[in-house]
Amino acid sequence: MGAIYILWLRELKRYVRSRVQIVVSLGQPCLYLLALGFGLGPVFRQAGHGSYLQFMAPGVIGMTVLFSSVFSGIAMLWDRQFGFLKETLVAPVPRIQIMLGRTLGGATVAIIQGSLILLICVIAGFRPHSWVAIPAAFLFVIMIAVVFAALGTAIGSVIKDMQGFQLVMNFLVMPIFFLSGALFPLANLPAFMALITRLDPLTYGVDGLRGVLINAWHFNAAFDFSILAMIAAVFVTTGAYLFSKIEV
Amino acid sequence: MIKVQHLVKTFGDFTAVRDISFDVAQGEIFAFLGPNGAGKTTTIKMLTTLLQPTSGSIELDGLDPRTSQKEARKRFGIVFQDPSLDNEQTAYENMILHGVLYHVPRQLRETRTEHLLKLFELWDRRDSYVKSFSGGMKRRLEIARGLLHTPRILFLDEPTLGLDPQSRNLLWNHVKHLNETERTTVFLTTHYMDEAERVAHRIAIIDHGAIVAQGTPAELKRQTATDSLEGAFLAFTGSTLRDEAANSADALRQVAKMWRR
Repeated sequence: MGAIYILWLRELKRYVRSRVQIVVSLGQPCLYLLALGFGLGPVFRQAGHGSYLQFMAPGVIGMTVLFSSVFSGIAMLWDRQFGFLKETLVAPVPRIQIMLGRTLGGATVAIIQGSLILLICVIAGFRPHSWVAIPAAFLFVIMIAVVFAALGTAIGSVIKDMQGFQLVMNFLVMPIFFLSGALFPLANLPAFMALITRLDPLTYGVDGLRGVLINAWHFNAAFDFSILAMIAAVFVTTGAYLFSKIEV
Repeated sequence: MIKVQHLVKTFGDFTAVRDISFDVAQGEIFAFLGPNGAGKTTTIKMLTTLLQPTSGSIELDGLDPRTSQKEARKRFGIVFQDPSLDNEQTAYENMILHGVLYHVPRQLRETRTEHLLKLFELWDRRDSYVKSFSGGMKRRLEIARGLLHTPRILFLDEPTLGLDPQSRNLLWNHVKHLNETERTTVFLTTHYMDEAERVAHRIAIIDHGAIVAQGTPAELKRQTATDSLEGAFLAFTGSTLRDEAANSADALRQVAKMWRR
């Protein structure tokens, strides 16, 4: 257990110490809020769907958690390059503990980032339908963070250079975000889009967040939660397996 | 303590280690010498569970590192050839993290950390981030960290690379001391023949992935009729220069590229 704790703590320390990075990583979601939330707001209202800021804020929170958790997993690339990964791999600790420490650390950082963005959303004018929804929202934030931190660890165990990282960003992380319903309602989509969105794990996270925060469900809480729990189990298992196979 | 038989490692069609066998007794200091790219680091990686051998057998303290990885990992400590510190943490935090990973009890890891950081003259800089350290300081920290958990087998892969004579002297004195007082078995590689001659009980010379000679420094000199280990080394390995064959990761990458085509 000590190993999980110390590696979790390490991820947290790295996060707290890189203040510049905190600001940078919050910049992108803020841009989305500004450009889309306020930019597309009037169009959305004319279409009769109410406030777009209200609608997309849960999506932006989901996006922040997604990016932050996948990144922390892929940060393993740096540990591989600077050699620290080796130090943990030869330690007399089951690799599953090393993997869990890293993954939970990354997930924790993502949860903090998500909370900060929620705060920013509230400052920008977002209002949850009830303040007691916040704890329920945290449940979904945690689920999203665990799912994608585990995915990040799995990817980080496989790719070995920066080109691979670009590939993952462009062909995996961005599509996961854009095809999740973070930015558009899932109702009345063309059949193929409806299918794609249903294959995207983030869809259920964003739906859960949107459901509890503004009471607008496409699916329902129990469904979203169980799907996320299943995906988390699959990703954590896959991540643990791939991590256990790393050779340096 | 270490028993290696017919060990082979290939990366694609490149054979990094070809059929090597050797024994290291408990309490022995064993030096593994060879030109760049001879297969030293690949061998150490296989011994320390970081790489899977292609064929052959390894025993560490009677354990097969392939089947009882965790038990085997408890037996050894390693100072890697290339850096393996966490640059974003302080020297002290690096030591403590290592202590936790190796199950050193809290009290002991704190006292030993203090002792080792003082020994390697890093105590005053214990709260500085490793990224602010010079190459020599990083190296010293790396060595101090490897000694934190008093392993039964100590692997030192070119530990003195980039160290000044003072630090080198300090390191080898300490290693000898550990070997004499705690009977620590030491497996080391180095390019400095004087170091090997000074500390090693026995030496194996490896070239192009195969062991070309084994014995005490005196035996090796006698066999080649030379008066220094350096002379013996050159007699065994020739004086042509080698390209550093791609390290194992590079080799793997090449294999991966081949497959993609």
